[in-house]
Amino acid sequence: MTATLSRKVWDRHVVHRAAGEPDLLYVDLHLIHEVTTPQAFDGLRLAGRKVRRRDLTLATMDHNTPTLDIDKPNPDQIATRQLEALVRNCKEFGIRLYPLGHANQGIVHVIGPQLGLSQPGMTIVCGDSHTSTHGALGALAFGIGTSEVEHVLATQTLPQVRPQTMAITVDGDLPDGVTAKDVILAIIARIGVSGGAGSIIEYRGSTIRGLSMEGRLTVCNMSIEAGARAGMIAPDETTYAYLEGRPHAPKGADWQRALDDWRSLATDPGATFDREVTLNASDLRPYVTWGTNPAQSSTIDGLVPDPASFSDAPRRESALRALRYQDLKPGTLIRDIAVDTVFIGSCTNGRLDDLRAAAAVLRGRTVKAGMRALVVPGSAEVRERAEAEGLDRVFIAAGFEWRYAGCSMCLGMNPDVLAPGERCASTSNRNFEGRQGTGGRTHLVSPGVAAATAVLGHFAEPKDLTS
Amino acid sequence: MRAVTVFTARAVPLDRADVDTDQIIPSDWLKRIERTGFGAGLFSEWKKDPSFVLNDPRYAGAEILLAGANFGCGSSREHAPWALEDAGFRAIVASSFADIFRNNSLKIGLLPVVIDAAIVSALMRAVELDPALEITVDLQAQRLVVTRVKVDVAFAIDAFTKWRLTEGLDDIGLSLRHEVDITRHESGRASWSPKVA
Ligand code: SF4
Repeated sequence: MTATLSRKVWDRHVVHRAAGEPDLLYVDLHLIHEVTTPQAFDGLRLAGRKVRRRDLTLATMDHNTPTLDIDKPNPDQIATRQLEALVRNCKEFGIRLYPLGHANQGIVHVIGPQLGLSQPGMTIVCGDSHTSTHGALGALAFGIGTSEVEHVLATQTLPQVRPQTMAITVDGDLPDGVTAKDVILAIIARIGVSGGAGSIIEYRGSTIRGLSMEGRLTVCNMSIEAGARAGMIAPDETTYAYLEGRPHAPKGADWQRALDDWRSLATDPGATFDREVTLNASDLRPYVTWGTNPAQSSTIDGLVPDPASFSDAPRRESALRALRYQDLKPGTLIRDIAVDTVFIGSCTNGRLDDLRAAAAVLRGRTVKAGMRALVVPGSAEVRERAEAEGLDRVFIAAGFEWRYAGCSMCLGMNPDVLAPGERCASTSNRNFEGRQGTGGRTHLVSPGVAAATAVLGHFAEPKDLTS
Repeated sequence: MRAVTVFTARAVPLDRADVDTDQIIPSDWLKRIERTGFGAGLFSEWKKDPSFVLNDPRYAGAEILLAGANFGCGSSREHAPWALEDAGFRAIVASSFADIFRNNSLKIGLLPVVIDAAIVSALMRAVELDPALEITVDLQAQRLVVTRVKVDVAFAIDAFTKWRLTEGLDDIGLSLRHEVDITRHESGRASWSPKVA
């Protein structure tokens, strides 16, 4: 019997299976944060239930935490009430919490891999759609809602209908300046925002194999933007090298045992997928989204499209609405679009490699006068390591603000928001209307493009600065 | 959760594809720690436009939302179904839904009804012509019926979820029936499986 990676991981976690019922899946790691949990804990209290596996549950604060003056009282009282609720709930139910100010605090999807908690072959859930990120390590990881959070807290399981399988194979060498972010934006442009619906995507091919773990995390992170239930990459030497020595990674004899096991997870030769898509890496360029969903993108050399050119009526309607919201005219060169704000951060591109890539572009350069630019590291540890390398000084010298870790302007729940009409080049993952603040206009880009854009004041790639 | 069986209600047409959860309930509302009261935030940005369909008094009191494909894409916030439920909606009818939104809705008994895109469009046009048009959603029979315009179509739902919804059963209680299996699985987990505490 041949099987795919996702099927192998799925089958290992089936606690109960019966015809006509969803499989009951065991959850190896449950990450929680302040926003999607208060009502789940209320539900537990109401029913008189306990947390079944406190040792498999980890909490942090990320979504509505401030990124400035984190040691001072938070003037946002509603946010404070929510953060305090998490503290109270974790205390009452005995859950480990990395609060704001703790060395391990950070965006849920950044700290899981960083601590070595996210490992191949595991099932990982979190009340957050970008839980797909952890699939980069060969885990089956997906986002859940608050009722499901309560379910996992109480039972450490989830009833789930097994999704279909989809292979996305990317082969070839990435051209200079093209990053993991561009790979996933190209994939989403190709299959659409619901192209992965009902499926677990497995990313394959030489290009994916050649990505660093951080690049793979970026790719899997945005699986949900293609509508997929999860995204996975088979573990390999890159995965093991990344994990070895991390705080929660297996040690000693367990490390060898784990390696033997993890090596058996890859999709068997001859196993088939319900759907297959292939892309050629050498065709790719840096991408910039022009619309209000992540599939509405163009290459940096391209133009804002004419909605009339879309033959499909809902896509045409949606492009028309998007251009109206984004205040863009068809036929405008992407490079001619002026930008007000640059945001570098989020669970997509807020890791150390991302900050290094942006800093490499900014070294010895300055942000264009009048622009606002901020870097928000994905975790306290990323911030600390970046400072140890002097990246903070590069950013500050260039005119960027250097902030504390959190989701920040990715979703605008804290004071880091766009003003109405403000246009932002953002390394995050969602360009929905108002995502970064009411009336704000978001364009998704890679860290390198974000940095070059900050210098020139319009969309640009790093190469544009040297030529 | 109240049991879902059969109900008849008026509908409001939201003719847009890929409606994302950030539009259904903007992130500012996510700071609340209560379970109720999210209806006031439903589509709060779009509602600022007086011509937005949910502002049209002819559709006041509608309990069914007719929507474009891939409804509920984006974040996992259950606040989106909560907002729809709190605003009085009992079912969303569309040609497809985003997976997490669909799961979240089913948890609280807000029914995502998937029917053919052409029929969704036809129903939108019919409701625009006659906002008083009544639609019957029959979960037991798995049919959506609009007698006046001769629509009578089947919709799919897995047998387990249907049973849970029609009986109004607590999902957690159902899973805990398998406590023995859960414990057995736990005893077989790999020695290196990471522990947080
Ligand atoms: S960084 Fe953005 S996408 Fe990631 S978890 Fe935070 S809010 Fe969600």
